[in-house]
Amino acid sequence: MGRTLAEKVWDDHVVRRVEGEPDLLFIDLHLLHEVTSPQAFDGLRMNGRKVRRTDLTIATEDHNTPTIDIDKPIADPVSRTQLETLRKNCAEFGVRLHPLGDIEQGVVHVVGPQLGLTQPGTTVVCGDSHTSTHGAFGALAFGIGTSQVEHVLATQTLPLAPFKTMAVTVEGELPDGVTAKDLILAVITRIGTGGGQGYVIEYRGSAIEQLSMEARMTVCNMSIEAGARAGMIAPDQTTFDYLEGRVHAPKGADWDAALAYWQTLRTDDDAVFDHEVRIEAAELAPFVTWGTNPGQGAPLSSSVPDPASFADPSDRIAAEKALEYMGLSAGQPLRQVKVDTVFVGSCTNGRIEDLRAAASVVEGRQVADGVRMLVVPGSVRVALQAVEEGLDKVFSAAGAEWRHAGCSMCLGMNPDQLAPGERSASTSNRNFEGRQGKGGRTHLVSPQVAAATAVLGHLASPADLSDAAGAPAFEEV
Amino acid sequence: MEAFTTHTGRAVPLRRSNVDTDQIIPAHWLKKVTRNGFEDGLFEAWRKDENFILNAPEREGATVLVAGSDFGTGSSREHAVWALQNYGFKTVISPRYADIFRGNSLKNGLLTVVLPQETVEQLWKLTEADPTAEITVDLVAREVRAEGVTAPFELDDNARWRLLEGLDDISLTLGNEADIVAYEARRPSYKPSTVQV
Repeated sequence: MGRTLAEKVWDDHVVRRVEGEPDLLFIDLHLLHEVTSPQAFDGLRMNGRKVRRTDLTIATEDHNTPTIDIDKPIADPVSRTQLETLRKNCAEFGVRLHPLGDIEQGVVHVVGPQLGLTQPGTTVVCGDSHTSTHGAFGALAFGIGTSQVEHVLATQTLPLAPFKTMAVTVEGELPDGVTAKDLILAVITRIGTGGGQGYVIEYRGSAIEQLSMEARMTVCNMSIEAGARAGMIAPDQTTFDYLEGRVHAPKGADWDAALAYWQTLRTDDDAVFDHEVRIEAAELAPFVTWGTNPGQGAPLSSSVPDPASFADPSDRIAAEKALEYMGLSAGQPLRQVKVDTVFVGSCTNGRIEDLRAAASVVEGRQVADGVRMLVVPGSVRVALQAVEEGLDKVFSAAGAEWRHAGCSMCLGMNPDQLAPGERSASTSNRNFEGRQGKGGRTHLVSPQVAAATAVLGHLASPADLSDAAGAPAFEEV
Repeated sequence: MEAFTTHTGRAVPLRRSNVDTDQIIPAHWLKKVTRNGFEDGLFEAWRKDENFILNAPEREGATVLVAGSDFGTGSSREHAVWALQNYGFKTVISPRYADIFRGNSLKNGLLTVVLPQETVEQLWKLTEADPTAEITVDLVAREVRAEGVTAPFELDDNARWRLLEGLDDISLTLGNEADIVAYEARRPSYKPSTVQV
């Protein structure tokens, strides 16, 4: 029987396979950041261990970093200590670090791919659940805890329990205005936040093949929100074109050898997935979340669901609690939901294409009165590219705040937070209670929807702008 | 790691599904660089509500958390496990966990037991009606016992052995150094390196 893409990559990394034990896998690339690594370095020190492969390890600062006044000392002493701890650990153990202010600094999942370090057929880990992003290249990439970070630092391997395989096949063409973000939000709503538990998802089908690398990263990024261990897309010409010439991409004969290997990384025709989900691209529409987990989503054109409509009692209770927290009522049209803040950024939607998409919507328009729009590029490189294209000026002219790179309001570890009761339309990945600030309320959206929402002041898509010429498309409620 | 064989204690019935790691330990607690001192951050937002079950005086000293499905979803933060342990929980029972949280828990000796929703419901009813009711989680017998409940649970032999013995994964792996060296020797030269170019 043939093998799936995930099984091929897994098999190529088995260091040790013994009946009754988890496979021991070799890790090709270990990404580090300041939040989940300090206790791991402490563990190494306590046991007199070294970092086994500093040449496969790289660190950046992202979760805590401020997005304004980056030339000044970090105001929060606890954040400052954590960043200083990472700098000290990297210096002591010989790990390459891109700190705040460095040209390669940025969100760890934006940095790896843009350096060309994320490659097809590799195993990639990081103490961050959104490591699934790197699966867009046909890498087997997953988030790990701090104990595992320590394990990889010490051994460059991980013992891993077997996984199941799931195919999410999206056929056809995405309708105009429908993005990778809408697609993945729809997938999560379909299979649920636990539906992917134990699975590596492979996204396939013609709609996936047509996606750019940036869009593929958006899709794979949110695999974790469906509970999946990883998300993957088979590498193809789009992948190879993205990689060729990047700083850490293979060169010369190595490129040829790598390419020959990468071209074998496709699920065999006779391979069998443990579970399959099929989605028609034509049926997708701009999608937003209404609740407090990423599986609580609906088309923008619909209304807040009635909790009583959920057959499963725990879904019903979860919906009731979510509506109470979100300050929404059943039946309310989603387009009438007014927001205070719009956040464009994160490892989900902080890449150059996302900024271009948002800029194209706000260009020549103004952010609505009383709405704050934050644009936070995913990395310094993305920021520089955006400046070169004049996107920063487009955002500033529209009344948005153009910030420095980092995780920012995705999780509010730095000062970029929602105040209690404030509501956001956010291109990030989690709408959990308090995720963007204590008492904050989050609606997950695409960059296009975020930008249109900023202009109109309520959840909206760019299509709502054209017929309204910038004026509110709906009566206030 | 602390070994886990069997544990008996009072319970906190947490009637919620999708308890994500941002609820278990909010992000601002993640700035700490230690593995301890997270007890006050556990369910910090929910504990502001005086009716939240963890605030009930009769739940003080409880060591078994019985939660709804999809416990520990979201972020990979191991701080969620440390917060539960720092607070005093020895074991969690739920119908389903997020993978990363489950892995983290077992690496720290916090036994996460999977039981069917119906059994969780039974345990909720029992411990809601009688806060002094005790639950025994027996890893040797792979069984949960409480008044009127005897429920077997699954945990693979290898994970169980490591928990029973309190073994350190890194030491186990370093015992296979020769396998790692052999793999490294046959690794293709085109694989990425982080060495600055």
